Amino acid sequence: MTEDPVIQVRGLRKSYGATVAVDGVDLDIFHGEVVALLGPNGAGKTTTVEILEGYRHRDGGTVTVFGEDPQHSGRNRRWRARIGIVLQLTGELELTVAEIVGQYAGFYPRPRDPADVIELVGLRGLEGRRAQQLSGGQRRRLDVALGIVGRPELLFLDEPTTGFDPEARRQFWDLIKQLAADGTTILLTTHYLAEAEALADRVAVLAAGRVAATGTPDSLGDRAGAPALVCWDAPDGRQAVTTATPTKVVAELAAAAGGGEVPGLTVTRPSLEDVYLELIGANK
Amino acid sequence: MTATPVARAAAAPGRSAGDRGDVARLPGALGTGLALGRLEVRAFFRERQTVVFVFALPVILLVMLGSIFGHEVTGHGISVGAVFAAGMIAGGAAAASFQNLGLNIAAERDRGVLKRLRGTPMAPAAYFIGKVILVLVCVVAEVAVLMAVGVAFYHLHLPSSAGRWWTLAWVLGLGTVACSLAGIAISSLPRSGTNAGPVIMLPFVVLQFISGVYVPFNDVPPWLQHIAALFPLKWMSQGLRSVFLPSAAAALEPAHSWQLGDVALVLAAWIAGGLVLCLKTFRWLPRRDG
Repeated sequence: MTEDPVIQVRGLRKSYGATVAVDGVDLDIFHGEVVALLGPNGAGKTTTVEILEGYRHRDGGTVTVFGEDPQHSGRNRRWRARIGIVLQLTGELELTVAEIVGQYAGFYPRPRDPADVIELVGLRGLEGRRAQQLSGGQRRRLDVALGIVGRPELLFLDEPTTGFDPEARRQFWDLIKQLAADGTTILLTTHYLAEAEALADRVAVLAAGRVAATGTPDSLGDRAGAPALVCWDAPDGRQAVTTATPTKVVAELAAAAGGGEVPGLTVTRPSLEDVYLELIGANK
Repeated sequence: MTATPVARAAAAPGRSAGDRGDVARLPGALGTGLALGRLEVRAFFRERQTVVFVFALPVILLVMLGSIFGHEVTGHGISVGAVFAAGMIAGGAAAASFQNLGLNIAAERDRGVLKRLRGTPMAPAAYFIGKVILVLVCVVAEVAVLMAVGVAFYHLHLPSSAGRWWTLAWVLGLGTVACSLAGIAISSLPRSGTNAGPVIMLPFVVLQFISGVYVPFNDVPPWLQHIAALFPLKWMSQGLRSVFLPSAAAALEPAHSWQLGDVALVLAAWIAGGLVLCLKTFRWLPRRDG
């Protein structure tokens, strides 16, 4: 790609005392991409994101977001207006949903209509409810509303669906897909692999403060080219073959079955989870 | 959830960019601050705990102290009730500024509200304009209620001359600014929101005892009077006694005069020092965030 990346990170380092949190992260994120940062707790996800958001200073490396160094542009209001940050907060307790979303809309030069945002995050009907009376899931939707009300070009989501039930997570994913379809560049951290697989164009796995691998969810860790496991039921029990050429194995099985069905046939590649566990395990 | 809002929102940027030129204007600090101030006041009066501890407590204490001691008269023919009322008006103004902001900002920092605000293009001044409005409304309301209670039940007389009204205005004005800045500064001290109560309340209660709010100042031992003289509250209550008590009551002061020049000087010094301290120490992120 020839366009400048929205986010460019080179050799990013950050320590807290003797603990190295981020140890040489490189990352490019381009306009319109949805990128998931995956990694176990303590891998440096939140630290990396907070440096990009301009909340934290780094110890080394270079970072640009929209061509500017967040460390210096954290107070640049025009730069801030292009960025949305979704934080997990207990937050403003005494104000109503409509009051809080309206308040945040007032900070931005081109905000979305607060009523639209409230509908978009699924809080319609709760406009008059105070934040402290919302359920945990509803409060997270409010957090998202505050992150997107300014119509950001770049949205940061730090573990956005932690604590969601499966249905709420599905709805939240639909919302993120809508925002992505709208052209919003999105960087999310998560430790749910299904979330990364459902949402991300690209996944970067962080382990011990470094990017251990990056790629599309399908190709991560050469998943598409990894040996496949072919299983089927034979008269003398379940058979399993690990092979680099599963198509050939299946063709031979089909031929042996005389054109009929091969009973119980499955072909599996390593799941994203298998690849992920190997990546973070190998780097420990 | 439907796709409609996104579609509508997606259509809007092009339109508004065309209408207003290439760069949309960032909202100004004053307008945003005024809007924040309205929400601050609403949130304050919705939260029962702050209304009781910040707003109602000085009134309750005035009623208690006034009912127990208020009908006595000092040797100089001055009503003790009026002495308590004048002191409590100073204490109430300090509660509505110092205690109010200290607890409020510490809680907002602990809950991450400040961090979230810091992540938006909000002009930082807007946040403080909102707090100024909150304090202004609280102090005016608090003082009005305390004055009304004092006049109704405890022999407090409204200022008898334009000069005294002017003194009331500038003592409360300077005192409130000094206390607000001290409150903003001390809000950074507690390590968490739950620690804020003791860290802010303990010194405040002690100061009220030794500054002539809960106890008439001439009953405070001299060594404590000297400590109290380092802080603004003593000077606020002294200034307000000059507003509400007869001139003869100046004889009861340690210096046998109201020392209004010193009141102004000390409060101004606290404002200058408090401003520097706030600018140097104010933090948007919770302390645990490093």
